[in-house]
Amino acid sequence: MIATPPPQTIGNERAADPIRPPALQRKRVDRLQFALPCGIGMLFLLAWDLSVRFSGSDLFPKPIDVARGIVELIQHGLLLKYIVASLFRVSWGFALATVLGVPFGLLLGWYTRASQAFNPLIQIFRPISPIAWIPVAILWFGVSDAAPIFLIFLASVFPITVSSMAAVRNMQPVYVRAAQNFGLTGWELFRQVIFRACLPQIITGLRIALGIAWLVVVAAEMIAVNSGLGYLIIDARNAGKRYDLVVAGMLMIGLIGLVLDFLVRKLENFDEVRWGYANRS
Amino acid sequence: MNPADDSAAVVLRNLWMAFPGKQTAVHVLEDVNARIVRGEFVCIVGPSGCGKSTLLNIIGGFLRATAGQVLVEGSLVAGPDPRRIFVFQENGVFPWLNVSENIGFGLRRTASAEKERIVRHYTEMVGLTGFESAYPAELSGGMRQRVEIARALAANPDIIYMDEPFGALDFITRLKMRADLVRIWERERKTVLFVTHDIEEAVQLADRVLIMSRRPATIQEVIEIDLPRPRDLDSPGYLEKRDRIFASMGMSLGVG
Repeated sequence: MIATPPPQTIGNERAADPIRPPALQRKRVDRLQFALPCGIGMLFLLAWDLSVRFSGSDLFPKPIDVARGIVELIQHGLLLKYIVASLFRVSWGFALATVLGVPFGLLLGWYTRASQAFNPLIQIFRPISPIAWIPVAILWFGVSDAAPIFLIFLASVFPITVSSMAAVRNMQPVYVRAAQNFGLTGWELFRQVIFRACLPQIITGLRIALGIAWLVVVAAEMIAVNSGLGYLIIDARNAGKRYDLVVAGMLMIGLIGLVLDFLVRKLENFDEVRWGYANRS
Repeated sequence: MNPADDSAAVVLRNLWMAFPGKQTAVHVLEDVNARIVRGEFVCIVGPSGCGKSTLLNIIGGFLRATAGQVLVEGSLVAGPDPRRIFVFQENGVFPWLNVSENIGFGLRRTASAEKERIVRHYTEMVGLTGFESAYPAELSGGMRQRVEIARALAANPDIIYMDEPFGALDFITRLKMRADLVRIWERERKTVLFVTHDIEEAVQLADRVLIMSRRPATIQEVIEIDLPRPRDLDSPGYLEKRDRIFASMGMSLGVG
């Protein structure tokens, strides 16, 4: 007979511990996961080395020349100095873009009228490459750190604004309705619910924007500065065709980009935002 | 339907609802009238797409009716109100807060010791003790729905509106949740307005079932379920009520 189950057995669907669904489980350490990319990297270095040898180029460096170039930079105390200089400019440009872009984007996402008013202008500015702004940056800021910072700001502020705007648009409306039901309005509603609901997507937007900001640092440092990894590349080319240092600079930019992305990805592991990525691996 | 009658929790008077359509307006509700008494458990059933959820959203203050009045506790509904909490079909638990923080969400202005006590009480009532610091993504669908029910109860509302809260759950979990809801309701005796398309669910839960017609919907019949709880799903009384609702909704139980 089907009867309503007795009350005392009800509500005991709990297991021993909170069970994490597979998507949230941390993956077991997998040796191949590390071995494969290392192997591909070695193959790449080998192919690079062989192709330089066979072509007989005396300008383009072999991997070992680049390694020597890096050692030389370290010995002169330049490597750390240039990395710090580049990171300094990217940090400032990116921080300014975040401080302005996130609130502005959230505002545009929430108020349809505001996005109707501003969106066309944003969409016109967005496709203009930061490189096209170089003459303007020189005109406005001259020879100073402000010019590259301005260019990095320009490169990252649009993706940050647009992704914050999209975050509000894609937010589950049920969260806002539930919050309004509990009497939240205005700033409280924004801070406790809208911002929190959008945070996972905001962080993803920041990660993409930081990648772009770092991408632009080389172009930004080609103008009117005398330090930084971008400067290193141009200077090594102009002052003596030191292609080993050119490639060393490129390699450092790549490696630091990897580290930056890794660090922002770490943000995505916090419990407050992890739910927003649960459906992807 | 006398608004001065203070036993009424919700009074619906001549409610009409139409949504603007491509060419002509889509009429969803047509002259809905009802009266729900304080402490009553009322289920609203009807065919899919008949406007049950629309009706509950109007009562909850999330939608405005085209014409007519909704009186809750004697006053016209102007918007959502913390004294009446909605439990959403799509689960409105906040994924960035853990179980305790979710359940305590409606207690922002309560002193922390008192808040802690209330949260503990309702966590236990819905059977989530031991999961206080778990996040919703780590819970099953049934557990998430328990969190939302506990969050609603903890805010101590006069009325709870539930919009197919168990619709997304599997059969066994749904049975458990219903029995659990009955147990909790018998302790708390809140007014509950519960929308479902599941006739069995309505007969298991409600004091009264309001049956809605097809769109444009109106309340075509009201059936009292005066059976003791917990209800025996095989008893003649239960089956008779269930069959009456089936019949009222124009469905035959015979196969072939």
